[in-house]
Amino acid sequence: MKAFIQGAGCVSAQDSNVFPGEVRNYEGDRLPVADPDYKQWIDIKQIRRMGRAIKMGVAASHMSLESAGIKNPDAIIMGTAYGCLADTGVFLQKLVTQQEDMLTPTAFIQSTHNTVAGQIALLLGCHAYNNTFVHGAFSLENALQDSLLLLAEDPSRNILAGATDEITDYSHTILRRFGLYKNAHTSELLQSQSQGTMAGEGAAFFVLSAGKGEHSIAQLTAVDMLYRPASEAETAEHIRAFLQRNGLQPADVSLLLTGRNGDTTNDRYYETVEQSMFSNTPVAAFKHFCGEYPTAAAFGVWLAAGSLRRGSIPEEAMVKGQPPVQPERILIWNHHHAKHHSLILLEKC
Amino acid sequence: MEKLMQDLKVQIIQQLNLQEVKPEDIGDDQPLFKEGLGLDSIDALELIVLLQQYHNIRIAKPEDGPNIFYSIRTMAEYITAEKAKQA
Amino acid sequence: MMTGSVWIAGGGVISGIGRNLGECVASFEAMQPGMAYMQHLHSAHAQTFPVVEVKAGNDELAAIAGMPAHWSRTALLSRIAAQEAWEASGLGDIRQYRTGFVSANTVGGMDKTEEFMEAFLTGSSKGKLRQVVHHECGAVTELVADAMGVRHHVSTISTACSSGANALMYGARMIRAGMLDVVIAGGTDALTRFTLNGFNTLMILDQQQCRPFDDTRTGLNLGEGAGYVVLVSDAVAKEIRPWCRLSGFANANDAYHQTASSPDGIGNFMAMKAALEMGGLQPEDIGYINLHGTGTQNNDSSEGLAISRLFAGGVPPASSTKSFTGHTLGASGGIEAVFSALALRDGIIYPNANFSVQMRELAFSPVTAFSRGNNLRNVMSNSFGFGGNCSSLVFSKE
Repeated sequence: MKAFIQGAGCVSAQDSNVFPGEVRNYEGDRLPVADPDYKQWIDIKQIRRMGRAIKMGVAASHMSLESAGIKNPDAIIMGTAYGCLADTGVFLQKLVTQQEDMLTPTAFIQSTHNTVAGQIALLLGCHAYNNTFVHGAFSLENALQDSLLLLAEDPSRNILAGATDEITDYSHTILRRFGLYKNAHTSELLQSQSQGTMAGEGAAFFVLSAGKGEHSIAQLTAVDMLYRPASEAETAEHIRAFLQRNGLQPADVSLLLTGRNGDTTNDRYYETVEQSMFSNTPVAAFKHFCGEYPTAAAFGVWLAAGSLRRGSIPEEAMVKGQPPVQPERILIWNHHHAKHHSLILLEKC
Repeated sequence: MEKLMQDLKVQIIQQLNLQEVKPEDIGDDQPLFKEGLGLDSIDALELIVLLQQYHNIRIAKPEDGPNIFYSIRTMAEYITAEKAKQA
Repeated sequence: MMTGSVWIAGGGVISGIGRNLGECVASFEAMQPGMAYMQHLHSAHAQTFPVVEVKAGNDELAAIAGMPAHWSRTALLSRIAAQEAWEASGLGDIRQYRTGFVSANTVGGMDKTEEFMEAFLTGSSKGKLRQVVHHECGAVTELVADAMGVRHHVSTISTACSSGANALMYGARMIRAGMLDVVIAGGTDALTRFTLNGFNTLMILDQQQCRPFDDTRTGLNLGEGAGYVVLVSDAVAKEIRPWCRLSGFANANDAYHQTASSPDGIGNFMAMKAALEMGGLQPEDIGYINLHGTGTQNNDSSEGLAISRLFAGGVPPASSTKSFTGHTLGASGGIEAVFSALALRDGIIYPNANFSVQMRELAFSPVTAFSRGNNLRNVMSNSFGFGGNCSSLVFSKE
């Protein structure tokens, strides 16, 4: 089953209103989301309790519904690897320092992983199917796969699907201790030739439906995941089989949009597979725009869908080759520590 | 009583993160919940902790909340009465 | 594309009333709920709130699971129940199928993160990183998928108290779409101070044994455990003797409040109704309902009223097995799915412990005695939770 992306909304380190015309660059080891004024989408009485993961998710979902011209979706499905980290951190910190005494409910309630999808449903008064995937770099992918399954079961639906993840000071400090990040400048990140990347965060949501409509941005043709491949060769074989199932050869891909993040080990994996099967295909990247986080592919989908509609790829995204003119088909391939690979195929509509 | 009511307004705004509400916006007898200040059941639980934290008063039964937390004045009266009992 | 049935080939449970399904059933039969003061979790509330712990320390669980004892208890419990489910299915070598593992949980490796935070909060370079490496919910799922040898699909669902039921739904839908042959689906959660204190802030923990669907109920007892079913396609089911069929399922949202259910349980009603419709069943076809039945004022009233409305012609025997296992959160949908599937296989109706006073707003009361040999054709299992997430599953003999 394929779907059409009828609307898209994104909250990221970039300004959705002017990107990709104007790229924001960052220096350091993280790309923070430039928070928009969330009050344009969320009532002040609701907003006071929301952590940023929730605000970003609710805002992106509203933007996508608005652009699709839909008030109430027939399903809400989201992915988040870390969940609502800020509230989790607040509750844990108080639990430890106050020795389990005088704790307050708000941080606990807001910390549960399904808070974002639950809040979206609550704000919309939406009684429809509601699901939350919390599986690292497969969270967004499962949300999209669940959406495609729902559309196959009932093509009349409009589905709101997306992902959100936030950086907090706690999470950043801890992840930095694992040696994941380095100080860099986003405009040079992909050429940095060293270990480590820059952390990111953000949310992106999409309205998906089975039929093409006046608002349609792009076609979501297929989604696939590959868990723990033994080698680059197995991954290449998997990508080839994925394309074949969709009646395509590697040469049919107008642009390969990869999850390169400036970490040499990470990026070499893409390089190896590209040499074996995408030697003549233009290659681009997106994490120097949004940073590295497990659901960053949601930003990639947002970028790819917009590029297909505009018929052009921003120059700053290119890694290899020339930006294709009027691209037909973009394959997003993202991997997280070579353990989780996701393939998302988008086509012009 | 006046001082206590003033303190409560400041404490409530802080505890409940009531952005854009100032102490003088809250009337002494204005209902705190629903049509008044618009608080809900989660806020009621927060107010129970507020009483414990700032006033050393424990409410064991959440169902007592609606009467105690009806307004700033009923809260202040409850605190005063409980303090008298403790003394 | 969406064709065929999905069958339950087997199931496994570890909970506070037994380390395997057989032990759990024996506890039901002997009317022995598992509430006690905590022995393994270290909490300031140890003497205040009874809980339903799995009666084993991490060293002992790790030995059974074949995993390191320093891994999250959530993973240890998950592995034990998933292995039991697999063995019960009689499917043999897991590598001969396109197998998926869809596991639900709400806490992930929080038990270890709590330990980490004790040190980390004294200095940001403190705390052993190995304690947070499995913090994410998905990381726990992968530890078990790897141990089981599952490669085709791994995913984790977290929709609070309905998580486990949604895992079964997702697994079944992937089988019906022809993507997988077999899915181990259910949920796991260990007791943690995070959840215990969280529920305490909501003031919905009972200081006595919980009393689901009783008029005097004052809250829930938290439990822990894991429960999985093995879902298989028609083709695989032909090779074995499945327990029953997953004939209907539905997911709806109450969209009323972040933590509370709507007074009339609109989300509950919608989920149950749609699950029946999918199974092509009428309310009177249901022979037993495994209630969500947490024991809170709010849940039991909403769920009870929604059931009264849907089953207006007569409410079938119903009980909350949480009166024995406690509320195992992300695991509960999985554990209760296994109980429901076994109910059909063996004609069991489970008792509801601690019931004595009829709820004033309801015309029905829960079943209080264990029985076997009932002629059950269809069983319903309810899971409703925070965030308005409501799911209902229907199992059928054929």
